[in-house]
Amino acid sequence: MSQKRDAAIVGIHEYPTRDVEGEVSPLQIKAESAARALEDAGLNWSDVDAIYDAGDGGGMSGLNIAEYFGLNPTVIDTTGVGGSSYEYHAAHAKRDIAAGKAKVALLTYGSTAHSNAFAIGVGARGGASMHPAENMDSFAGQTLVSNYAMVAQRHMYQYGTTSEQLAEISIATRLHAMRNPEAVQAMEDLEFLDIRETTIDDVVNSRMIADPLHLLECCMISDGGGAVVIASPEVARDCKKSPVWIIGTGEATKYPEIGGDITTSAAAQSAPIAFGEAGLTAAEMDIAMIYDSFSITVMTMLEDLGFCKKGEGGDWVTGGRLRFDRPSDGPALNTDGGGLSSNHPGMRGIFLLIEATRQLRGESTSQVAGAKLAVAHGNGGMLGSRHSAGTIILGGD
Amino acid sequence: MSEKKKEPTRPLPKTKELDTQEFWAATKNKEFKYQQCDNCDKVVFYPRRHCTGCTGGKLAWKTASGKASVYTYSVVRQSYHPFFRNMVPYVVAWIDLEEGPRILSNVIGVDDPLNDVSIGQEVQLEWEEHEDLFIPLFRPV
Repeated sequence: MSQKRDAAIVGIHEYPTRDVEGEVSPLQIKAESAARALEDAGLNWSDVDAIYDAGDGGGMSGLNIAEYFGLNPTVIDTTGVGGSSYEYHAAHAKRDIAAGKAKVALLTYGSTAHSNAFAIGVGARGGASMHPAENMDSFAGQTLVSNYAMVAQRHMYQYGTTSEQLAEISIATRLHAMRNPEAVQAMEDLEFLDIRETTIDDVVNSRMIADPLHLLECCMISDGGGAVVIASPEVARDCKKSPVWIIGTGEATKYPEIGGDITTSAAAQSAPIAFGEAGLTAAEMDIAMIYDSFSITVMTMLEDLGFCKKGEGGDWVTGGRLRFDRPSDGPALNTDGGGLSSNHPGMRGIFLLIEATRQLRGESTSQVAGAKLAVAHGNGGMLGSRHSAGTIILGGD
Repeated sequence: MSEKKKEPTRPLPKTKELDTQEFWAATKNKEFKYQQCDNCDKVVFYPRRHCTGCTGGKLAWKTASGKASVYTYSVVRQSYHPFFRNMVPYVVAWIDLEEGPRILSNVIGVDDPLNDVSIGQEVQLEWEEHEDLFIPLFRPV
């Protein structure tokens, strides 16, 4: 392999409970996940010299999180770009380790969005904060779902994409969720009705939340969290599990512009940088962990990542090619069950890294035989307005 | 729209936000203001104090005609917001003004929001009047 292998994921943990009933805090979820991920790597707290934190445990996290963990890190990065923060953190950890500034990086996430009863998808947005963009947008009653729905509506208009095609993403993800006991437990704990594999008819006949997005095209709102440990090659060689190398990274943001194309996301900017660094193309990926806040998020990003041309995503996904048991057709999508059917506490990006790592270790509940390469693509903010993209290319040892 | 005091209202912008306060002040004269650079001609929206196209220009305020079209939209069927929950189904849309600016707003005055709104539809600016500012909404032509 010609890629630079200067940092690897060596430890992972996904907090298993999706409904903590208000009895565990986000910070506690972060610390518990960190300890389990360090154990997974065969490392200890004292090995950590770099902290990456999106502020989910409270304000001024760069100051407070090290104390909470009891660490004395010499690299502190608090990049907060919403759900893709963890892809940014992985990129920065790789950069910092390659520069010799750190040897063991710790990324953590904790959220009690479900227990707090946040109406993330259909709640009040705005209330007129003081950011000028928000001060222009907040009067219209846009919900988060309708923000993404406006991308879907335009995608349908420009390319002829159908609800049935978008439903392919939901049913592939649910298939994978049904194979993942933690995802099934999550759906039970969050009181999903009718927990089973779904059909295209199930999706398009489910309740419309914001046209053209149906209920089964929208992610769940869970509690949860996780941790990822990233280490230098020297450390990685002595860890318990085989390293999963970070071989390409890309970052970008996008926002409304005059005459802008809402059907193209920031991934169109971040992905070529990441794939270019890795010397690979989307077609070579065995696994696609793509932030499935909604069906349209994945459709847009499959195109922007280069799995197919812009506008051809609808035809491309048709026929179940995203399933884990169809590896010759391209990548398996969100093999843990995704945000749609397994875990979405608000900022799902860390789980993309975790499940991609499981796949490249051979540990997934929907394992793709011989999976060697994965892309983890996170999206933060709101796809239909301003959003962030973080693309990470991972390679097995 | 007549409003009793206790009834939930549309969330209204802050009138003192420093980048956008001139936009909102002009709404009371039923003027939709946007900015254009006197140096590089870049149209800037949402309002700001600096040109995003060049470092040397000054932004001049212009007034839009109110002619616009629907760039994309969604019909909101479910909202927990105390005002909007009673409005469902209602139309949220990105609206392209003839002069360029794209604004998030509502398409109003349609009998059947599920069938009477479409991408590319021509719409006209209309003002919803409030005490401190007016809200720009759009109605099909």
